[in-house]
Amino acid sequence: MATYKPVVIQAFPRLGERITQDTVYWRGYKTPVQIKEFGAVNKIDFSPVPPYNYAVTASSRIHIYGRYSQEPIKTFSRFKDAAYCATYRDDGNLLVAGSEEGSIRLFDISGKAPLRQFDGHTKAVHVVGFLSDKYRIFSGGDDYSSNLWDIPSATEIVSYSEHSDYVRCGCASKVNADVFITGSYDHTVKLFDARTKSSVMTIEHGQPVESVLLFPSGGLLVSAGGRYVKVWDVLKGGQLLVSLKNHHKTVTCLCLNSSGQRLLSGSLDRHVKIYSTTSYKVVHSFNYATSILSLALSPEDETIVVGMTNGVLNVKHRKPEERKEKSQKKRQPAYRTYVKGRTYMPKQEDFCVSKPVKRVLRKYDKLLKSFQSSKALDAVLEPPIRLYTPEVTVAVMQELHRRGTLRSALAGRDEKQINLLLTFVARRVIEPRFTPVLVTVADMITDIYQPVVGQSAIVDRQFLRLQEAIGKEIDYQEELLEVLGMMDTLFATFTKKRATHLEENKSNGLTETIETNMNN
Amino acid sequence: MVAPATLRVVRCGGSTLHGARAVFSADSYLLCASGDFVKMYSVATEETLRVMGGHADLVTGIQLNPHNHMQLYSSSVDGTIKLWDFMDGIPIKTFTVGSKLLALYALASSEDSVFVVIPKSGERDTFQLVSVKLTKAAGQDLEAKELSVVLDGVDASPKHIAFGREGEYVASVKEVNLQVYFFKQKQLNRFSVSAMKTKSGNNHFTCIACHPVEDCIATGHADGKIRLWRNFYHKKEYTFSTLHWHHDTVMDLAFSIEGTSLLSGGVESVLVLWHNESDCQKDFLPRLGSAIEYISMSSDGALCCTLHTDNRITIINSNLRFSKSIQGLIKSTDVKTGLVVDPRTKALVLNGEPGHLQFYCLQSDQQLFSLDIVQRQYIHQAGLNQADLVKVAFSAQGKWLATVEEREEVTDPELQLKLWFYDEETQSFKLNTRINMPHDDHITDMCFRDMDELEDDSLILVTAGRDCVFKVWMMVEDTDPEAQQSVSWSCDFVGSYHNYQATNCCFSEDGSLLAVSFEETVTVWDSVTWDLKCTFCHPPGKIRNICFGRLTCSKYLIGATDYGFLCCWNLLSCALEWSAHLNVLVLQPDPLSEHIAAVSWLSKESSLFVFKPNEPRPIYIQRNLCKEKIQLAAFVPRDEPEMIGSEKYLWLRRSQLFFLTDTQELMTLSTKSLEERLTPSSKQLAVEESLPVTPFSLLLGKHRRQQLQEDIDLGKLVRSKHEQDSPAVKELLHTPAHVLPSASFLCPIFINSLLISKDNKSAEEVADEVEMESEKTEDDSDEERDVTEMEHEDTSPMELLGEMTHKLSKSQEKELRKIRKMDYSWVSAF
Repeated sequence: MATYKPVVIQAFPRLGERITQDTVYWRGYKTPVQIKEFGAVNKIDFSPVPPYNYAVTASSRIHIYGRYSQEPIKTFSRFKDAAYCATYRDDGNLLVAGSEEGSIRLFDISGKAPLRQFDGHTKAVHVVGFLSDKYRIFSGGDDYSSNLWDIPSATEIVSYSEHSDYVRCGCASKVNADVFITGSYDHTVKLFDARTKSSVMTIEHGQPVESVLLFPSGGLLVSAGGRYVKVWDVLKGGQLLVSLKNHHKTVTCLCLNSSGQRLLSGSLDRHVKIYSTTSYKVVHSFNYATSILSLALSPEDETIVVGMTNGVLNVKHRKPEERKEKSQKKRQPAYRTYVKGRTYMPKQEDFCVSKPVKRVLRKYDKLLKSFQSSKALDAVLEPPIRLYTPEVTVAVMQELHRRGTLRSALAGRDEKQINLLLTFVARRVIEPRFTPVLVTVADMITDIYQPVVGQSAIVDRQFLRLQEAIGKEIDYQEELLEVLGMMDTLFATFTKKRATHLEENKSNGLTETIETNMNN
Repeated sequence: MVAPATLRVVRCGGSTLHGARAVFSADSYLLCASGDFVKMYSVATEETLRVMGGHADLVTGIQLNPHNHMQLYSSSVDGTIKLWDFMDGIPIKTFTVGSKLLALYALASSEDSVFVVIPKSGERDTFQLVSVKLTKAAGQDLEAKELSVVLDGVDASPKHIAFGREGEYVASVKEVNLQVYFFKQKQLNRFSVSAMKTKSGNNHFTCIACHPVEDCIATGHADGKIRLWRNFYHKKEYTFSTLHWHHDTVMDLAFSIEGTSLLSGGVESVLVLWHNESDCQKDFLPRLGSAIEYISMSSDGALCCTLHTDNRITIINSNLRFSKSIQGLIKSTDVKTGLVVDPRTKALVLNGEPGHLQFYCLQSDQQLFSLDIVQRQYIHQAGLNQADLVKVAFSAQGKWLATVEEREEVTDPELQLKLWFYDEETQSFKLNTRINMPHDDHITDMCFRDMDELEDDSLILVTAGRDCVFKVWMMVEDTDPEAQQSVSWSCDFVGSYHNYQATNCCFSEDGSLLAVSFEETVTVWDSVTWDLKCTFCHPPGKIRNICFGRLTCSKYLIGATDYGFLCCWNLLSCALEWSAHLNVLVLQPDPLSEHIAAVSWLSKESSLFVFKPNEPRPIYIQRNLCKEKIQLAAFVPRDEPEMIGSEKYLWLRRSQLFFLTDTQELMTLSTKSLEERLTPSSKQLAVEESLPVTPFSLLLGKHRRQQLQEDIDLGKLVRSKHEQDSPAVKELLHTPAHVLPSASFLCPIFINSLLISKDNKSAEEVADEVEMESEKTEDDSDEERDVTEMEHEDTSPMELLGEMTHKLSKSQEKELRKIRKMDYSWVSAF
């Protein structure tokens, strides 16, 4: 003897973007704060020490922002022309910046006037940075040279002029205090060792290099230029590991997240893409209003700051972790009352008497079990089911239709209930998964309530809305068919001429619906 | 073993159980009429204990002998009443009445007569209830010609007559009339209900039951009402009350033993228990699976059993709790899935109860399990279109199961393709992928690419639909590692041919070619690139069946057309090899050999033809297989090849052929004679092989193995294994001593069985070959008489074969003699 089988609610695969852990993680930011700077933001750098202030270089100023402040808490504005690449030292006490006039200035965070000034570049210096021993600075300029400076004496240690175009990006190794790399518009990335007189390694990127990045381990190098982001294995002598082409405009900036598991790239195409560093697949992407020039992620991924070409600074803060058990409204029985006796493992001499599992039926199932069609339909037209799980409502309607009692269930309703039904049908009939059932339902309703049309203004209005919705959908479908026809002719011209007797219509496969039941 | 004479058609399951009400014996056995047999079931274990055969036609009534509860009367359409000792399964007496018997009633009060319903002589469709005097004469076969008419104008159904309290009166219903006849007063009272047509049907009588202690008659009606009649002694002042719950015909009624409650059942498949004959107090036992045909109570009132239209018996406790269900082959309204063999359990798989797939075990005549495919509540109501299973396919190892269910609808059919994965842990199929509307129209055929040796991921499913395309479905791995399941199915290719409806599809044995038939044309596709390779057709007539040849005949493609042609195409030359005029209904290839069975339907009889694709001549022909139309057939592989003496039946060696007829009776072909089949030797063997492992058996086994080893080492010819394998010895040892024939008769058999195989084989070979020769000539003569017209008649291979055998026998004769002389000496060792 069989037990009652509940109504099968068809699960449809969620279309569009798939929810992964990454999407959940990267969506966990609040709405962005927009701060207007004086010019294009060319560099953003987070202080490595708490409270994680960040320095924003835009136009001729360097602004220091606090974590939640909308106003700069400090400003360095001693530049005659544009400043570039304000970078913190590892201890967060010193800040170095290049400038359009070719001088490099070193600031103390607490002071205002520059501590040191390094002159030597003949043209603008777009990239400066500290080596990991804290006492030296590297720089790259538009005079094609890459220099190394000593902080205490403010003198140039060595100057390499190996690039044949502007040097626009660079990065110091965290594991070796003597190693730094620079990328240039001559399509190369060069690795320098301060102990040698010339570059140690040259990597051919293929496009003007806009940004370079070294992994914390120092073994992998990421370069961005043109539309490409390329990952190189430094230890294998600069072998190309992977080339990513996910942007459709020049990639301008690169950044790693705090764990080193994800790589972020910002581009002029207004997107920030996040890659997994194991598979190098895009796991998430952000959209911005304008082209992105610079990008930085605070420690612990608390804040994403993005600088745009129009001088807007976009700051996103992570939402605070939600406390799940915020309110203890009802004191529930302790956990151990639930598991009482359940963890007991039967011994060999024990007899196991299994208790039949009590099946809980939903309200509509109970009503369907006792063949109360009208009431079952009422039950699924209750607001929570109707609004949030329309598939349940439609499944019950289908079941009623299967039992041949849908007409009697729909009949004999008052104005309010008809209004409700028609609202539901008019709203959902255009959803392809519900269309076959709801068209039948709409048909029956019009059949049943045809005699009373004109007696109630509300019902009449709903009928008109239904008509409008269906009319619109028919127009859409016609348009879609037109597009499909166009595409078919395109496909036909693209595919090679094959033997004439062979007919392959692969394009037909596009229209079918395939559902995979993930939970079963 | 001795070569049996002929192949017999044996009925092995699915005969209708509802010829008559089931009868509980006094000691908890259940007796049931099942087709031509009476079956005895154990109520405790649900097992079939005994099948009593002897009637030549349907059994229409069974009743316990009221004076001896160990005896049973049974009546049959063949005009005989048999008295059985059902504990031993022996017929005691056979009474020949002469005319068709349609129902049987036995009363305690009438000493030596029973009541039967017979057709009235000279008039069609009128029946009368007569009492038959059963003579006490000695002898087994007796004539019972002393008939006296009790009631005239009764209905043929056994449900339409009931005997009242202590046999004082008999009540019979027909259409809208109820007549009650009182034996003592010899008075006949007639009552009738007004013949009014209501929305739910008419109020014709459908069944009747009499109260065991009071004067009360309960009648069921076609509109679902139950009427309780009292005071029917008076012609005018009778009264009746009405109970109404059923919305459709009341199929049967039964009073409890004390008469305090009434059981009723009908199409709704709900058993209703009415207390105290009142309308308000009732209990239900719902969802019994299918319409209730008969209800019967055990004599002590502890159990009740319902017989259902789908050949299932449900045993129910007195407190209306479901207790047990006895089910063989479940009869479904229409077997749309065909006969499929589950590669894992070797069970026959077909439609079971609505929306379910039944796995039917052929050996034990029991249902192994029923897999719910549709997973929806089935509403037992006439005129509802409910989803049912239409196609089933298993992958080669039974790891995947594909099912198609559809709901007939005029405008657009609701279709679902489901793919099930066999879960080793739970030992059952688990739903993996559900595809809504895989085709725009009905799916006509479906098959997996059977490739044993390849990995699982090369599995391909092909579905052919009436929407003029065939689709190829492939397994795809899920890229998301967090997803719960790693594979799902999706469409890979859609193929069509000139916008014709695709009707059949079939993969070649190695899986490299796919044949899809489109109405009149068979197209052959490459299964890697999905290119169309070639097309075949045999105009006029659409293709009905196609299949590829196997093993040595894998280069042939066989097709059967609507216009009665069986064609064989050669795939290498792309030409018609041969064709024959034969109206083939079923075309079934044997998975383990080259043989293909074709069942034809010619002039109201089914005939079986077995052939190999490389020869246009059938190997075996059986005319008049059975009277019913054979719908489906399947080859079921045997567990171990059977010993078949005759060359003619060699095609039955590795697999057995089963048929399903229109009436859903399962039949098979057997080479064994009737007696052999009746002794369930398989059971004995099973017991022997499943002996528990005891220390002693281990020791013995070890010892035996050692001995074996020694034997081999010494290079002796003796093989101790041989003696264990011989069926003759087994039979000898398992037959009870008192039924054994004389020792002098057994001795040669025993000695023969001990002979070493070398000698044995060569002797047999010679014999076989001679036999084969003679049979071949027989075949030839058969051939000429046949209606089948083979187009490519060439006798040359036949002659060649004949020569070969001659040569062989001549050259080897001398050697054989030598061997015969040589090897007998070792027999003394035993």
